[in-house]
Amino acid sequence: MATLLLNGKTVTVDASPDTPLLWVLRDHLKLTGTKFGCGAALCGACTVHVDGVATRSCVTPLAALTGKRVTSIEGLQGRVGDAVQAAWDKHQVPQCGYCQSGQVMTAAALLAKNASPSDSQIVESMQGNLCRCGTYGRIRAAVRDAAVSLEGKA
Amino acid sequence: MTATPVTRRDFLKVSAVAGGGLLLGFRLGEAAQESTTFKPNAWVSIAPDGSVTLTCHRNEMGQDVHTSLSMLLAEELGVDPRRVRIVQAPTDAVYINTMLGAQITGGSTSIREAWMPLRQAGATARVMLVSAAAAQWNVPAADCRAENGIVLHGQRRATYGSLADAASRLPIPKDVPLKDAARFSVIGKNIARLDGRDKARGRTVFGMDIQRPGMLYAALVPCPVMGGKVLSYDAAGVSTRRGVKAVVNIGEGVAVVADHYWIARSAADAVQITWDEGPTATLDTAAVFAALDRARNRPGFVVKQAGDVSGLLATGALEAAYTSQMLAHATLEPQNCTARVSGDGVDVWASVQFPQGAQGAAAQAAGVPPQQVRIHPQFIGGGFGRRLENDFVAQAVSIAKAVPGIPVQLIWTRPQDMRHDFYRPPSLHVMRGAVDNGRIVALSAKLISPSITARAFPPFVQNGNDPFMTEGLVNFTYDIPNVELRTVIEEVGIRVGFWRSVSHALNAFAIESFVDELAHAARQDPVAFRLSMLEKLPRQRAVLECAARAAGYTAATGRGRAFGVASMECYETHIAVVCEVSGSADRVTLERISVCADCGVAVHPDQAIAQLQGGVVTGLIQALRSKITVTKGRVDQSNFHDFSLPRMNEVPPILVELVQSAGKPGGMGEVGTPLVAPAVANAVFALTGKRIRSTPLEDGGVRFV
Repeated sequence: MATLLLNGKTVTVDASPDTPLLWVLRDHLKLTGTKFGCGAALCGACTVHVDGVATRSCVTPLAALTGKRVTSIEGLQGRVGDAVQAAWDKHQVPQCGYCQSGQVMTAAALLAKNASPSDSQIVESMQGNLCRCGTYGRIRAAVRDAAVSLEGKA
Repeated sequence: MTATPVTRRDFLKVSAVAGGGLLLGFRLGEAAQESTTFKPNAWVSIAPDGSVTLTCHRNEMGQDVHTSLSMLLAEELGVDPRRVRIVQAPTDAVYINTMLGAQITGGSTSIREAWMPLRQAGATARVMLVSAAAAQWNVPAADCRAENGIVLHGQRRATYGSLADAASRLPIPKDVPLKDAARFSVIGKNIARLDGRDKARGRTVFGMDIQRPGMLYAALVPCPVMGGKVLSYDAAGVSTRRGVKAVVNIGEGVAVVADHYWIARSAADAVQITWDEGPTATLDTAAVFAALDRARNRPGFVVKQAGDVSGLLATGALEAAYTSQMLAHATLEPQNCTARVSGDGVDVWASVQFPQGAQGAAAQAAGVPPQQVRIHPQFIGGGFGRRLENDFVAQAVSIAKAVPGIPVQLIWTRPQDMRHDFYRPPSLHVMRGAVDNGRIVALSAKLISPSITARAFPPFVQNGNDPFMTEGLVNFTYDIPNVELRTVIEEVGIRVGFWRSVSHALNAFAIESFVDELAHAARQDPVAFRLSMLEKLPRQRAVLECAARAAGYTAATGRGRAFGVASMECYETHIAVVCEVSGSADRVTLERISVCADCGVAVHPDQAIAQLQGGVVTGLIQALRSKITVTKGRVDQSNFHDFSLPRMNEVPPILVELVQSAGKPGGMGEVGTPLVAPAVANAVFALTGKRIRSTPLEDGGVRFV
């Protein structure tokens, strides 16, 4: 049995310590908003926040999470998360949508750390997240827009 | 009320005999009897509370079919499309795609095929609701109007919900007139995607997100060589692991079923398997292209012929060979399927583009008639043609048979997905052309490739003609006096599949690159050269002029900057692409890609633009550096480090201009893809003088940064 601080709550999981956080979330806890894409930290579909940092859950074993705060897309809230998702709605970003949980989580982590990123900082942060449908232009615009809205509210 | 209520099954038999598709003139008797929900056809239902439901018969994989098909219905029904509820259709003869002959989402057909029937479905329902209100009020129906879910007459109003019961008892009218395009209030407007909010919040349920009570997970180890079989296996120490429920040999691999995925995955990887690798075990990429080359003199099938090319191409003609490497679909959601096999039939939950095919595959795997298989299609995490195949469905059912009554979710790994795809066919084009007085006087093209259709839908290949290989040839746009376009089917021992835009991309790369070669041979500007051959196709001319203008195209570019252009008609849409590049051969930067498309009526313009933007990125997969190669029957690539998809830093700004013209919609899902590789290749030539005749273009000695 392992305990996990997930989305603001302590949860108990009966999984071996080598189980990737991705499968703890999707399978053991039935939180399927976090997606399996590559299993090797190459696509970003599985991105969650660990202590606020965008982290690939597919290569993060349960054992590495003792005492850490984990946030999945289901637990994303607050002004940064709201601003990102509102910008996603405004720019009609998703197509198939499979990568979008990861995109939103990466963008939210970026903006929580840096509320007014430059274009190159946006690209640098987001380029680890693949979008097979090719929504990159809209993602870029949405991240920019979310940053502007956060500045306005600051 | 109908005198003799028919069952749904009876109706489906009748409609199948009548050719399916259009459903006016039938009644779902049981629905009329059992509830007051108004269900005048297979798509729309209106409940007493006024809620409108569209049973969407096409599968959502990013193209936003839920919203655009709701818009078609809502336009004529007189409701707000944003309030239409979506139910995903099961398999049924009534939902067959009449453009493709099966219940398939593909071929850029969803809107084109639904354009009439869904509007007619909405209009018919509206007329019946108005009739019901008119009868209640004892006024002529012609004096009533309907809008926003309400029928109005003077001061009187009745909601659709309140009329549902009465409407369901009325005869179904025939030949209800449709709105003039000038009166459209929904079609052509932008609204938010119906699924957009959920997709940005991780709430959308894709195939892999299905949860069923008591569900187990399965991990498979497939033969590393496609077509190979399990000879023997040793699961000692695996089957007794905690959580493992079954070890199943399904012939093409061994699966472990367990109560959690990671347990199944770890256990499966510990099974010792001896393989019969089969005949593919000696195949490599060089042999694939050697086989295509050996077929270059076969006559093949004549797709298009005008005049006589033989004399003009006999001597002094320009000749070139173009090749394209294989590609994987690499949908971001790896293949997966949840299946339950029990005494009352088989249930399948999966991301599928061809639910009817999934039904057949599941039935065969379970050994039951297709009628005993229930397909529950889910949101698709990327299709691109991969999910027209149902190999993973058959596998999941074969595995689930070992644990009767229990749902089992099979999940492939990324390397399995990369190595067990149905690849975009490898291709060779033999091109010949002659120019005189600044124009092409003769052109011949021959596509040599394996046939997808011969494997997937064999009856559709007749006399050596695979109708999917002729895409981009049969609709060749240029007016040239002597033309001969051929296809040659040459099997190379690897399974091939439909990949977004299919042969349009193969043929466009060769034709649009070679036309560029001929333009330079004729010392003509590539845009003007093309325009001069499009006099008879004003819409095609217009998009080419539009794309060139939008891109700021000029043939006389400054040092280190250049443009490349490509143009075609596909899926009844006219499109042109201009790519602007900078740098030098060892450092080519894509500055901007400009697209102009005329799709006739754009039902949902913002999402038509999204399809073009995404289609261009898909085109970059082929153009830049991705390829699938084979060594000893094994696919060399395994994940996104060696089969790279374009990332945000590699995708330039994509400018889209949508031209709308009257009439009907053209296809949109695939049209953005085929012209990217030739436009980039032509730009690279203009920039560097290097003519690259193979994709990915990096194989030809340039590097993109």
